[in-house]
Amino acid sequence: MSDKRSRAAIAATGLRKSFGDHVVLDGLDLDVPRGTVFSLLGANGAGKTTTVKILSTLLSPDAGEVQVAGHDLVREPDAVRAAIGVTGQFSAVDNLLTGQENLLLMADLHHLGRGERRQRTALLLDRFDLTDAARKPVSTYSGGMRRRLDLAMTLVGRPQVIFLDEPTTGLDPRSRRGMWRIVRELVADGVTIFLTTQYLEEADELADRIAVLDRGRLVAEGTADQLKRRIPGGHIRLRFADAPGLDTAMRALGQATRDGDALTLRVPSDGSLRALKGLIDHLDQRAIEVDELSVHTPDLDDVFLALTGPSDQKVTPR
Amino acid sequence: MTTLASPDLRFHRLRDSATMLRRNLKRLLRYPSMTVLLVGMPIVFLLLFVYVFGGTLGAGLGGGRADYANYVAPAIILMTVTTTVQGTAISVAMDMTEGIIARFRTMHVARVSVLTGHVLGSVIQAVFGVAIVTGVAVLVGFRPTAGLGGWLATAGFLMVLTFALVWLCVALGQVSKSVEAASNLPMPLMFLPFLGSGFVPTDSMPAGLRWFAEYQPFTPIIETLRGLLMDRPLGNNAWLALGWCAVIALGGYLWSKRLFNRESAH
Repeated sequence: MSDKRSRAAIAATGLRKSFGDHVVLDGLDLDVPRGTVFSLLGANGAGKTTTVKILSTLLSPDAGEVQVAGHDLVREPDAVRAAIGVTGQFSAVDNLLTGQENLLLMADLHHLGRGERRQRTALLLDRFDLTDAARKPVSTYSGGMRRRLDLAMTLVGRPQVIFLDEPTTGLDPRSRRGMWRIVRELVADGVTIFLTTQYLEEADELADRIAVLDRGRLVAEGTADQLKRRIPGGHIRLRFADAPGLDTAMRALGQATRDGDALTLRVPSDGSLRALKGLIDHLDQRAIEVDELSVHTPDLDDVFLALTGPSDQKVTPR
Repeated sequence: MTTLASPDLRFHRLRDSATMLRRNLKRLLRYPSMTVLLVGMPIVFLLLFVYVFGGTLGAGLGGGRADYANYVAPAIILMTVTTTVQGTAISVAMDMTEGIIARFRTMHVARVSVLTGHVLGSVIQAVFGVAIVTGVAVLVGFRPTAGLGGWLATAGFLMVLTFALVWLCVALGQVSKSVEAASNLPMPLMFLPFLGSGFVPTDSMPAGLRWFAEYQPFTPIIETLRGLLMDRPLGNNAWLALGWCAVIALGGYLWSKRLFNRESAH
């Protein structure tokens, strides 16, 4: 076995899964180094949750070699289970128990000693801002509190690899940011995070590497910057006071896209200062009046839209 | 190859089962309305059959209301067990529809402990339910003649019976797609005592029904209970009843285990 594989927290090659005739994963390769955040992006139904279910031993793959935390997924599922933690899309908490009891239940299932179970529970309640609600039944918790408790329960056993399947779906912006802070702290402690999300901003904020899943295949993989560079879409938008101004500018600039109704021009650009200065100088020399100028760099939304979705609308990556 | 750490992979079946049992007992305490309903139902049937139908049915047996109370009480006690296990199916289905079971499946815990927690919790619940219902039956005129040995044998037999039916219901709770379905699937268990010797002797039934009544499992089970409580000879009913219990327990256990280890569909 190669050295690279053993250093990886998650290593998968040729991962396949079908439900009946429906191919969900069509030969997935994954390589997630330890202590990093890996984010899997994809539209609904792209196979994100299936991937998490396979990697967390809930489903078995039809084909492919998978190692999680150095253990073979199919041959040593219990060793994998002992090393991972999962916080899924749907909260995995016991609604009839209190927050504290949920955490103590996890501590008991991890066979923590008497002192340690109390200590760990109190620590996690405090860290996730649940101390005040600790003795209330979970059924009375808000969505954000349930999600925090869910993650706290996952952390009781100090997992080395954590799967977060859309951890912030349905959370308000403040709760979402709180979740991001916790993820960063975990990574700082050396934990590996496998994150699926529909929020591209989230992947941009957290992930060391991002992969885009479309119809069971990875269509792109890299850092957020690498992905953004792969697709066209950076431009400068100029708005003019009237149609003559627009026409003059159009003649002067040549390679721009014109929108007559909005009186705007879209000039392809990488958004750098040099390009911007060049454009402004060019307009100045011809004394063209511009009402408004804005710079658009491609964000992950552009990447996502370009790489996934109906194939006839797909932009060919550079 | 280096691994991240070498986890302790020993299973702790007993410890995990005890943890799951504690969880289930806590859940029963938090959701008392279900327990009240499960114990209330046999009591309502007891009162109905003793006070409404009891005079006429007792006369049909060649006695009166008091004789019918003695005849029907074992069936009502059995009904307490079947309503309890119906509750098991419901709480298993509740578990399956919530995400917590998926969490247990991704943890290194002895898998069967999730199910044994339910089984042990239900057996304890049934013990309490049967004690309460038997007490009420005595209040309305049930006069068992069993000695200490008979009572101990009754208790043991009821435990075996509950254990068997509860495994069946753990499976039924798992095959149910919803909590509603889980409360309906065990209905035959509630209904079968009526189609046996639970409420009237089988020899009063028409031929086809009588044949069914005499060969279905609940008839020897009720006859065994009746024999033990009223201190009457059991004949081969006890062996038939225990045989049925063994078959139901083993079938229910294997079915439950298989269902629990199967993959979730998506």
